[in-house]
Parts: sequence; C-alpha cells; structure tokens
Amino acid sequence: MSKARDIKRRIRSVKNTMQLTKAMKMVSAAKLRRAQDRMLAARPYAQQMEKVLQSLASRATPEDHPLLKRAEGDRVELIVVSGDRGLCGAFNTNILRQASNFAAEQNQNELTISCVGRKGHEHFKRRGFHIRGEWLNVMRNVDFALAAEISQDMMKRFLDGDVDKIYVAYNEFKSASTQNPVVQQLLPIASDDLAGEEDGPSEEYIYEPSPAALFKTLLPKHVQILIFRALLESVAAEHAARMTAMDAATNNAGELIESLTLTMNRARQAAITTEIIEVVSGAQALG
Amino acid sequence: MATLELEVVTPERRVLLETVDEVILPGEEGYLGVLPGHAPLLTSLETGIVAYKQGGQFHYLAASGGFVEIAKNRVNILAETSERAEEIDSDRAQRSKDHAEKAMDSASGDELEELRIRLIRAVARLDVKSKIGKSPF
Repeated sequence: MSKARDIKRRIRSVKNTMQLTKAMKMVSAAKLRRAQDRMLAARPYAQQMEKVLQSLASRATPEDHPLLKRAEGDRVELIVVSGDRGLCGAFNTNILRQASNFAAEQNQNELTISCVGRKGHEHFKRRGFHIRGEWLNVMRNVDFALAAEISQDMMKRFLDGDVDKIYVAYNEFKSASTQNPVVQQLLPIASDDLAGEEDGPSEEYIYEPSPAALFKTLLPKHVQILIFRALLESVAAEHAARMTAMDAATNNAGELIESLTLTMNRARQAAITTEIIEVVSGAQALG
Repeated sequence: MATLELEVVTPERRVLLETVDEVILPGEEGYLGVLPGHAPLLTSLETGIVAYKQGGQFHYLAASGGFVEIAKNRVNILAETSERAEEIDSDRAQRSKDHAEKAMDSASGDELEELRIRLIRAVARLDVKSKIGKSPF
C-alpha cells in the first residue's frame, strides 16, 4: 500500500510543478505580445532614420566621420546581450555559444566583453574573460534610455581610440518558435548600412544645417537605434523561448502524471489482489 | 483647403498621427512655421514646443532631440522623447526642473551638460502644459 502512497505524493508534486510552468507560460505569452508591440512601435522611427541617413550619406562625405573610420588593429569589444533569468530553454545557451565561438576567433589579449543581462556575465566571468562593462538585471524594463546609455559608452570608447571594433551578439527574434543568435558589427558603422537605393533620394531637400552637420548629429542616433533594436529583439526572443520551454515542460508534466497515475492504479490493484488472496486463503485454511 | 499630415514618432512609440492645418516647431535655426505646400526641408529638432493647429485650435507637444523631415505636405518629426500636453505630469516636470537647477551648482563637465539638457526638457514640458487651450504667441 505504501508504494501507491509514494506515487500519489509524486503525482501531487508534479502537478504543482505543472501549475507553475503553466503560469510561467501564460505570463511569457503576455510579455511576448507586449515585447512584439514594442518592436513594432520602434520600427517607424528606425525606418525613417535609415531613409534620411541614406539620403544624407550620398550628399555628405561620409568617410570623414570618425564613427565610420576603420582602424587598423584587433582590439575588439563584444557586447553580449543575454537574459537575466534562466528557465527559457536554449535561449541563453545559444547566444553564449555563438558569442564564445566569436570570442575564440579574436586576439585574446585585446578582447574585452560587455554584458547586458546576468547570464552572459556569469558565463564569461567564470571563464576568466576581461569584462569591461556590465548592465545586469535590466532586461525586465528595457527602454530607450538604456540603449542610449550603452551606446554613449561604446561610442566614447571607440572615439577615444580604446578599441578598434565593436560587435554586438544577441538573439534575433524570428518568430514565436525560432530565435536566431547573431553577431553584428556595431562600430565602425558598416558603410553598406548607409548605401541607399541606386535611384537616389526622391526629394530635393533644403538642409538646415548643412548635410554634413546633420549627418554628424544623426549617426550617433543610428548607433542608439541599432542597440535599442538588439535589446528589443533579445527581450522578445527571450519571452518566446521561455514560452516554448514552459509549454514543453507543461506537456511533459502532463505525460508524467498520466504514466504515474497508471503505475499507481496498478500498484493499488496489486495490493487489493494480494489482500483478497490473503483473505480467501485464510478462509480456506479455516474451512 | 490643403492640409498637412503630421506624424510624431519616438523610438518607443508613435506619439501622434493627425491631419492638421499648420505646424510650428523648434528647428535648428529657431522656431519655424509650416503650412501646406512647404518646400522639402530636413532640419534637426531642438528641445521645445511643437504646436499644431487643427480646426482653428492649437494643440501642443513637448519634444526633444531629433530631426524633422518635411516633404509633400507631410511633416515627420523624429524625436528622442515627446509627449502630448495632456500626458505631461507637471508636478514631475517641476520636480525635475528644481532638482536639475539645484544639482547644476555643484556639477561640471559632462554632468553639467547632462543636467542642462534635463533642465531644458523640464522647462519645455512645463511651458507646454501652461499653453493648453491658448494661442502659441
């Protein structure tokens, strides 16, 4: 009889877990929707910015701008955008693997890493990498101010000549079921980012101030947008990954409960059968 | 009568998309008025008040840092931050103004510049709030 009771206890514990994963799935689904809305909300600004930059790039002499200057050297900084929390399937593992592979290809003595999100920080710190910047426990409320702060820091380092190239690694949000880890070059700004369509700008604008001066004020904003986008994508991807992982966990718990229930019923039946046999054989012995 | 399409977007959201009769905004070289049929113009946006006229009535927004694109009777404002007058919390703006003023006494360098920007933003927000229902001049 005690075996059946043990199994019953296990079923209860699995049920509790299932309730938890189910709740987490619901929460992630709601958060995912909000994150997606924010990604959409950020799009008009980014698109408009890109359009204007392209039309400016053909008018100004973009090579002059320090943010576009290629430096000869291999001092690389990698920004790793990961999650702050676990329980989101392979989300953190994937991005950290991608980032580690990338890091392994760089000159180790000159590589610095900045972490946005706690998981990446733990990972690289444990492996003894040189961590320069950290923004931890921020994924919960990512806003433009955060992106601005990070990009300010990065641009300063780049312009001061402390680093030759800056890359950012993040999970790209493809759909609710797919996330794609990518490593993207942030600085110097890749000039093909600015290459407009061949037919040229459709409007002949009056520029106030000059195109070159406008270009100069807009480029840093472009960097901010790139980082903001990376953060938003990563947040959406994290919620999507967590939702999928928790959905799978809920299903697994359901299956486990089913099989445990079956085992428990069998055990109970076996116990009853044994009891009956005992009773019957006792009665026979008396008769 | 010809009208203008006014769109105000920030990286966080679209603040406004309206058909309006006139827009007044803080450009690089000072405030400028935009009427339907304006020549294509690209200018950077200073921190200040954006006013637009709709049905004979002026409405206001606070905006800071960004640029404005005017073309084909469309006015696209890309601002780093922007709020409609109705959304602004004047207590908060006042506090932020007081705080910035106080902190500026002991600040220097980058920090001072940061505070200066914050002060200008707070002042712009308060100005916008006080203009509700009034003419911009």
